[in-house]
Parts: sequence; structure tokens; C-alpha cells
Amino acid sequence: MNLASLLNALPGAVAQGLIWGIMSIGVYITYKVLDLADLTVDGSMATGGAVCVMLMLNGWNVWLALLCAIIAGMLAGLLTGVFHTAMGIPAILAGILTQLSLYSLNLAVMDFKANQGINVTKYPLIVSQRNVRTLSIDNPILITLIFLAVLIGILYWFFGTETGCSLRATGANEAMARAQGINTKKTKILGLMISNGIVALASVLLAHYQGFVDVNMGRGAIVIGLAAVIISEVLFGKLFRNFALKLIAVAIGAVIYFIVIQIVLWLGLNTNLLKLLSALIVAVFLAIPYWKSHVSAKHGAKGGSTHA
Amino acid sequence: MLDISNVTKTFNAKTVNERVALNKISLQLKDEDFVTVIGGNGAGKSTLLNAIAGVWPVDSGSIVVDGTDLSGIPEYKRAALLGRVFQDPMMGTAGTMQIEENLALAARRGKKRTLKPGITKEERSFFRERLAELGLGLENRMTAKVGLLSGGQRQALTLLMATLNKPKLLLLDEHTAALDPRTAAKVLELSEKIIRENRLMTLMVTHNMKDAIRYGNRLIMMNEGRVILDISGEEKKQLTIELLMDAFAKASGESFVNDRMLLS
Repeated sequence: MNLASLLNALPGAVAQGLIWGIMSIGVYITYKVLDLADLTVDGSMATGGAVCVMLMLNGWNVWLALLCAIIAGMLAGLLTGVFHTAMGIPAILAGILTQLSLYSLNLAVMDFKANQGINVTKYPLIVSQRNVRTLSIDNPILITLIFLAVLIGILYWFFGTETGCSLRATGANEAMARAQGINTKKTKILGLMISNGIVALASVLLAHYQGFVDVNMGRGAIVIGLAAVIISEVLFGKLFRNFALKLIAVAIGAVIYFIVIQIVLWLGLNTNLLKLLSALIVAVFLAIPYWKSHVSAKHGAKGGSTHA
Repeated sequence: MLDISNVTKTFNAKTVNERVALNKISLQLKDEDFVTVIGGNGAGKSTLLNAIAGVWPVDSGSIVVDGTDLSGIPEYKRAALLGRVFQDPMMGTAGTMQIEENLALAARRGKKRTLKPGITKEERSFFRERLAELGLGLENRMTAKVGLLSGGQRQALTLLMATLNKPKLLLLDEHTAALDPRTAAKVLELSEKIIRENRLMTLMVTHNMKDAIRYGNRLIMMNEGRVILDISGEEKKQLTIELLMDAFAKASGESFVNDRMLLS
């Protein structure tokens, strides 16, 4: 348990954190902007990588494969959106149904193998773990940062447009949105598609980074996404009011999450217990606002009685 | 013109909780009619407004606004013709969005939402003028989140949003019931001013008989899903609470025992 091994592992944690930060921004759009808990991401976090890797193994251009992967992710969001809005299935269940169908679909895409490798020496991968400690433009941290900057720029612009504002209104107050002539079914579907398109992008980067795609790659993605969103709110909630800054905070939240995980592993935790730890951390942080309101309600009652 | 004919709505049909909320109701409004609607709890006042707004489909009958038959048109599309203010001040605005963003959403009611900016410079100065007319000082807080406003301020803002694009029909559903008496009076004055200046065809549901008598050119009373009393013109101007209660007893064959109305 020496410090050098921890420091050695940090660049990898940062790179992974940034990739998962992109995914967390996708989660932020459904969970925070649209006020929907979308579990599709556990499936689409493998779909993007599967589509991109398989297309590249079949000789496709890397950018074209990336584009197809993002479209595949958006289609997954569309499916959840249709389940939810056209068939009246509660959002959480709709996401679970898509997630489950994606497991089969992802396997089908991957020629019914649980994982598929892609070699960085033979294929022009966008990012690779191999370069994580090199000081060049091939460094995955740098490249992922560029992706993040472009993504946040696009989202900042989009949520300022008429359509983007109607998405925000749908999440803020659905009855009001409809009274103002917004087709809330359409905005929800659009939001789910954008979110899962972003998740698919993250999935591609993760598959490239680790050099393989695995059908279980997305398991627990929603929990990591929520953790990043919650960490960002706890640390930067009061500081960052601007939408772009909030998205940056989410990415930082994901990086912090992966550094903490790295430290916990360094302290000697069994890797197999990681998901349990993540779930418990997220549960505690989700509970904090509830506990806070509970405590202040008690104080309020006391204050009221003294005035009476 | 608003033409409601033979509209029926039954909730929980074929169950023990079955309730006929609207019972073959017919009602015609002329342009510029400002109609106040009163009636006891469960008389169908809010149900009538929700039927027009398209919150759910009606069982039978037709609703025509300004020549457009609303049957089968979803709520969000009807919004192009309607302005709505709800009883709950939280319901008409998006609390986590800015005052100017809320207004910008309302300014696009009935229009196609594109990838153009959600709010423009010209709009900002227009909104500032309109907010100043409310006399609440909101014009200096345009980027404040609506969630920070008081109930009265939120209702005034909702009212402005509902009338920003002149609606064919304004629906006010007990929009001052959740406010304290002074604020309620102020919001009502404001409503009257906006309705008069824009000559809006309006349906205003209220629990307060005095307000129902004071405002508007026509008063209707509902009971068990029907219009049982329709008073307008000179007769409306001469109306008192006592006359209204007598009329109710005659029309419904029962005495007026809704204490919430008597108190107000």
C-alpha cells in the first residue's frame, strides 16, 4: 500500500472519470432537466460501444461508426420514450424494459459473444488506455476533455433555444408546459433520445479506452451517473448557477467519484464489493435532502409553537 | 364565440364512485362576454373549464371555440386558443425557471418551437413593459427564479402569461382562492383590467359571491353539472347576494347551504 501505486493509478482514474462524466451529463438531462429517472442508460452504455466496435471490426470508418453508435443510443431512448408516452408505462419501468431488451440486442450486435476486443495497433481508436501517461495529443484525458467541451457547448446552446426551453419547462412543470402549448410527450421523447445519444458516445469512448466492449459494461451506469450528479450538487450546487457550469460540475463529480473509488481500492477493498459501496454512497447522498427537510420541519414546528 | 352543447362527463363510470360531473350542459358565450361562474362544491365548475381545456376527453357533446371544434384536439394544441390560470399558484408557472423565461414560453404558445433562441432582446424589453404594468416591481427581477415569488406575484405573472398572446378564451379557475384577501382583491382588479383592455372572452370560476356579482357582464350558477341560473345585462347589475340565494333556492328546489359561499 504505497503512495506511488496510488499516484500511478490516478491518470487512469481521471480518464475514466471524464468518460463517465460524459455519460453522467446524459443522466443529468433526464434526471435533472426532465425530472425522469431513466434506467435505459444501463443498456445504452453498452450499445454505443458494441455498435461502434463491431462496425470498425467490419472495416468502417471510425467517425462513421461513432455516428451510428450515437444514433443507436438515440433509438434506445426513443424506445423508452414510446413505452412511456404512447403506452403509458411509468418512466422507470419503461427504462427497465428497454434496458432488458438492449441486453439481447447488444449481444446480437456483438455476434452473440459477451465481449469483443479491438486492438489499438490495428484500428484507429479515438482514445486508448495505452496513452494515458503520455504527454501528447493522443492522451485520452486531453481527447475526452475536447469531447466534453464540445458537448457542453452544444448542450448550452440547445437548452437556450425554443425547443430546449420547452424541454426544461416539461421537466419543471408539466401541466404548465401543456397549458403553454408544449407537446410534453414529444419533449420527453426528445430528451430521452438526446440523453441516450450522449450515453452512447460515452460508451464508444469507454470501449475504445479499454480496448474491448463487454455486454455488462453498462451495469450500474445509472448509479454512477446519479453519484456524479449528486456529488456535483453537494460540492458546487451553491457555486455554479449557470447551466454550462453545472454540466462541468457533473463531469468533475464523475472524476471525483472515480478517484474516490481508486483510493478505496488502494486501501484494499475487494473489487467485487465496489458496486455495493457505490449503491450505498448514492443512497446516503439521495437521503441527505430528505433528512435535511425533516430536521428543518421539526425546527419549524418548534418555532411555530413558541409564537402561538 | 364559445359554443358548448350537450357536454357530458362522468368520472369513474360503472363503479361505486361514479359521479356525473357535467350533465348535458350547454352554454354559449359571445365575444367579449366576461362570465362569472358560481356553484357549490362538486357543481362541475372546474370540470367545465377542464373540459374546455382538454385535460381529458368528454363523454359526449361538442365544444366549439371561435369556429374551431375542439373534439379530439389534444390539450397542448388547444392551448393556442386558450389562456389559463389555475387555483394553485404553483401550477401556472415553472418555479425553477426565470421570470423572463416563463414569459418567453408563453409568448410561443400556439407557435412552432424551433432552434431559434428561446428569448430575444426585443422580447426582453417588451416583457419589461408588460411586467411594469402589473405594478409589482417584477420588471426589475426578470432573471429571478419564479419559485422565489409570492403566491400573489405568481398568479399575476400567470395571468400575464395567459394573456400575452391574446387568447380566444380566458379560463380563470378560482385563481384567487389560494391568496390572502388583500392580494386576492389586487389580482382580481388586475384580471378585470387586462380583460377589459384586451376585450377577452372570459370564464371566471369563483367561490366568492360578491366577486361574482361585482365582476363581469354575466353570471351563471351551476348545480349538479348543469347551468341552473343565467343572469346578464341590467338584471346582473341589480343583483345582490340575497337575490342570488333566493334565485338559487327557486332554481334548484333546495336551500343554499354551502357555508363556504355564505361566509364569503
